[in-house]
Amino acid sequence: MGYTLAEKLLLAHCSQKQIKPGEFIQAHVDVALANDITAPLAIAEFKKSGFKKVFNKNKIVLVPDHFAPAKDAKSANQCQVLADFAKEQEIKNYFEVGCMGIEHALLPEKGIVLPGDLVIGADSHTCTYGALGAYATGMGSTDLARAYIDGQCWLKVPPTIKFVFQGKLNKWVTGKDLILYTIGQIGVDGALYKVMEFCGPVISKLGMDDRFSMCNMAIEAGARAGLIAPDAITKKYVAAFKRKPKFYQSDNDAVYEKIYTWDVSKLEPQVACPHLPSNVRPARSLKNIKVDQVVIGSCTNGRISDLRIAAKLLKNKKVARGVKLIIFPATQKIYLQAVKEGLAEIFVRAGGIFSTPTCGPCLGGHMGILADGEVAIATTNRNFLGRMGSPKSFVYLSNPAVAAASALTGKITHPDNLK
Amino acid sequence: MIIKGKVHKFGNDINTDDIIAAKYLVSTDAAELGKHCMETINPNFSQAVSPGDIIVAGNNFGCGSSREHAPLAIKGCGVAAVLAKSFAAIFFRNAINIGLPFLETAQIEQINHGDMIEIDLATGIIKNITQNESYKTQAFPEFLQQIVASGGLINYIKKNKVK
Repeated sequence: MGYTLAEKLLLAHCSQKQIKPGEFIQAHVDVALANDITAPLAIAEFKKSGFKKVFNKNKIVLVPDHFAPAKDAKSANQCQVLADFAKEQEIKNYFEVGCMGIEHALLPEKGIVLPGDLVIGADSHTCTYGALGAYATGMGSTDLARAYIDGQCWLKVPPTIKFVFQGKLNKWVTGKDLILYTIGQIGVDGALYKVMEFCGPVISKLGMDDRFSMCNMAIEAGARAGLIAPDAITKKYVAAFKRKPKFYQSDNDAVYEKIYTWDVSKLEPQVACPHLPSNVRPARSLKNIKVDQVVIGSCTNGRISDLRIAAKLLKNKKVARGVKLIIFPATQKIYLQAVKEGLAEIFVRAGGIFSTPTCGPCLGGHMGILADGEVAIATTNRNFLGRMGSPKSFVYLSNPAVAAASALTGKITHPDNLK
Repeated sequence: MIIKGKVHKFGNDINTDDIIAAKYLVSTDAAELGKHCMETINPNFSQAVSPGDIIVAGNNFGCGSSREHAPLAIKGCGVAAVLAKSFAAIFFRNAINIGLPFLETAQIEQINHGDMIEIDLATGIIKNITQNESYKTQAFPEFLQQIVASGGLINYIKKNKVK
């Protein structure tokens, strides 16, 4: 009996000779990531345990991105815990403001995560790296503290659900729409404790940015990981990095718990309505939904191709009166690229703001918190009640083209309907 | 371990932003986090909890973020255990790792808000004292029981050299 991609990745990181879904394993970790919210708890647990040195300073990554640049004194203190620990333990993969980016865009960009790796992160969107063919999964701070001690984590081998995307994508339809559609079909617990493996002719043609945004939201269906097998596009993306990647594929006789096959040729841009990522409708079907704020960015859609799409629609236009347009590139490299290409100027001339990289409003941190009754459309990943601020506010999730078009009209708009 | 307390009932898909909103994640203190537990969906929740009370919820409890602050906030406000139809995977492991007792059971519909219930973690037996009923559910796998019995993951690792 063959193995799935997820099973092969797990097998390569544990001492067992064979594994099957449901078994517990102790897995060796290649990368252990935490941020300014989760690292302080992990570091406190590590110190409390009486251990003095981390298992391997080169496998630990610390990124202050959630409330950084620090939004207040308390968050500054949390960021300081990371800086001090990095210094004390000589952790080189600590990214201060200025080098920092949103963790899940930063790590692939720097080549810190490569195909074949096993990555744990004290952040639920760690599953993003599945786009590279790495087993990457979100955990809590205590799991990270344990990995700091001995470089391992406990895992229960999950079964895999395969999603085969057939056909050819319409204009304006992106990886974000594929994942929103998928979550809409299976629900926010549709892949609970499971791995989602995305494949088929549509995935083979998707660029890395779109693949990252798909795998990023696997957690919104409850999945432990969202995986795409490495191919020529993945290999090109990682070609320049020093460390050598390992490429795994599912066997032809791999066992899947379930297989969904969808022809997505007729799929339109999708929007997740308040207050769940599974409450998905075609953008075109949403009439007269006024928006107060538009957010383009995040670990889901803050990459350069996302900004290019937004800029294409916003060029030489003005956002609707009363709409706040907030654009935040995911990393410093993307920021600089957007400046070089003139995208930053397009955004500012359109009446938007172009922010330094940060998780910011996505989790209701800072830089654009919603008031009572306000409505936002965002390219982020969660629209839970109160996620972006007031418990009386409303968040819709979309791709960057729908978000940019909505900024221009002041209501949720399919880009085809722009004059 | 036997836990007895009053039931606070919640629905499906209670997410980590419901349990503890991100604006409070500038603290790692359980008691401080506990003051704001469930605030988004029930602003009076922390005042309504007496130490030892039990949360009973539907499917996918704790979905969303990896914040360990969520089980910490639940513990911090005095809740002694959580029963749900199912738990989101990261919340599940966080609860084990910090030692917040919980059980998965399909029979939450029979349990009403305000009922007095008693749960036995070792056997998986839930007694509803108010309604004079009892329900049997599955106890944890042995490996996870060992983590809980050790008082959390870090103590378990210190006690057992894991290969």
